[in-house]
Amino acid sequence: MFTAATVLNALELGFIYALVAMALFLSFRVLNIADMTTDGAFTLGCAVSATAAVAGHPFLGLPLAMLAGAAAGFITAFLQTRLAVRSILAGIITNTGLYTVNLAVMGFSSNVPMLKTETVFTAAQALLGEGAPSRVIVAALITAAACVLLIAFLGTRMGLSIRATGDNPDMVRASSINTTFTITVGLCIANAMTALSGAVLAQYQRSADINLGTGMVVIGLASLIIGETLFGRGGLWTKAVAAVAGSVIYRFIIALALRANVPSECLKLISAVIVALAIAAPALQARAAFRRRRARAEKEGASRA
Amino acid sequence: MLDLNHVSKTFNPGTVNEKVALQAVDLHLEAGDFATIVGSNGAGKSTLFNAIAGEFIADAGTITLDGQDITFQPDYRRSKVIGRMFQDPLKGTAPHMTIEENLALAFLRASRQTSPFSRITKADRTFFAGKLSALGLGLEDRMKQPVGLLSGGQRQALTLLMATLVTPKLLLLDEHTAALDPATADKVLELTRQIVAENRITCLMITHNMRDALTLGNRTLMMDRGRIVLDVGGEERAHMGVNELLERFAQNVGHQLDNDRILLSNEE
Repeated sequence: MFTAATVLNALELGFIYALVAMALFLSFRVLNIADMTTDGAFTLGCAVSATAAVAGHPFLGLPLAMLAGAAAGFITAFLQTRLAVRSILAGIITNTGLYTVNLAVMGFSSNVPMLKTETVFTAAQALLGEGAPSRVIVAALITAAACVLLIAFLGTRMGLSIRATGDNPDMVRASSINTTFTITVGLCIANAMTALSGAVLAQYQRSADINLGTGMVVIGLASLIIGETLFGRGGLWTKAVAAVAGSVIYRFIIALALRANVPSECLKLISAVIVALAIAAPALQARAAFRRRRARAEKEGASRA
Repeated sequence: MLDLNHVSKTFNPGTVNEKVALQAVDLHLEAGDFATIVGSNGAGKSTLFNAIAGEFIADAGTITLDGQDITFQPDYRRSKVIGRMFQDPLKGTAPHMTIEENLALAFLRASRQTSPFSRITKADRTFFAGKLSALGLGLEDRMKQPVGLLSGGQRQALTLLMATLVTPKLLLLDEHTAALDPATADKVLELTRQIVAENRITCLMITHNMRDALTLGNRTLMMDRGRIVLDVGGEERAHMGVNELLERFAQNVGHQLDNDRILLSNEE
């Protein structure tokens, strides 16, 4: 069904975008905040990483992108916790502002081509040799490291405080947890991971574009929900690995769609439908159960009469 | 230990919904005092707790705890030394986190020195298990299970343990057994009595059970329309019956106590 090249390609993209799925696992699931900063933070990561790589610093570009992403997350958290802007609106405001920032980072141009630029991927290929699948190794290593660090962090005292903030706000108010602080740290980490995803992607595809992040929050959610539905029952480890698996599966679905000659312009619509259906699933199930129950009652009523 | 000096609070001032919730409340608790609070519907009992815990800042007056002025301290700072329990068992614990993780969060209050990146140690686990087994509910064998799987009574017992794991300077109990079935309520109340007595915790407890109000602790406070209208303790309280308490209340405020839950629970 797939050629080896398509499989490898889906794996590479799956691992890279898995960072967004894990970021949304932290903000959407753990902190219970729909973080709309995601789109802008992803592009910000692309822009910073591409600009740094063009300047000859592909490796430095990744931590720089994470710092930039954390700063974006901080602004969203600041609007939300200190200025009482609703969380969704806070993300949208930051996201809108980021458009200009992202253009500025790319030197007020809507894209940065990096055809001859050295990237972390070219460096890895030089190290591992021409034959090795260096691209998938780099992507997998970065994602695995982020995954391990995130889970380890969620087990620390600060991580527990962040989880409690999303799990039971009433309890948190009565315990010695400062929610302003936990929400800020959580959103900074989530957006740093989203920006890292963008940073790796820009170097992977050797270009940054102002529109790369559009719809990223929906794609990330689709991956997260696919993973949760298929493997997500269990502890934190299972949930984080499920997010990565969901992201890889999502890329295979896209590869399948492309093979079936679905035009690439339609992919965002497909993602939107997947997410809408997945989130609506419990409501749809309840509705179906109600219909079945009523149909049974009507049948029994008819047989009695 | 706790001093409230002319603490007042008005909600929605200047609107048609204006509600004077606390009117220049004065209250003094000695270290080790265990006072119960009863009062009419909307008398300001929970508002008093919210003022002490810092859920809002009082409009006027000062609050001092153990010699420290906490009037303007944010709630999360105060909760380092104030333990708190609510009527709803769901409010006190994080359902998707394990028993062990919930206890670790409560233990955070003690660990000012430890790094925010430290993890639950083996010593912590042994300590938690010892405390859990003292509850006598078998929870020490279920430390890796999410709290969401526990019954309301078990969750409330766990919350009690969390509120007192690090001995607080003040414990606020807001009808914490009211949502439990009678047998479980007795069990949790007995645990409360034990833990408070063992650690000599200064404690305030809101209740609608008049008998508990007179038998638990060493003082009984009655509230009405944002004021403490009755404060009995010592010999007088030891000989006082429920009817006498209600009479004294009616004398002091000029009307009968109107709390539907108290009236219903005294029917029995």
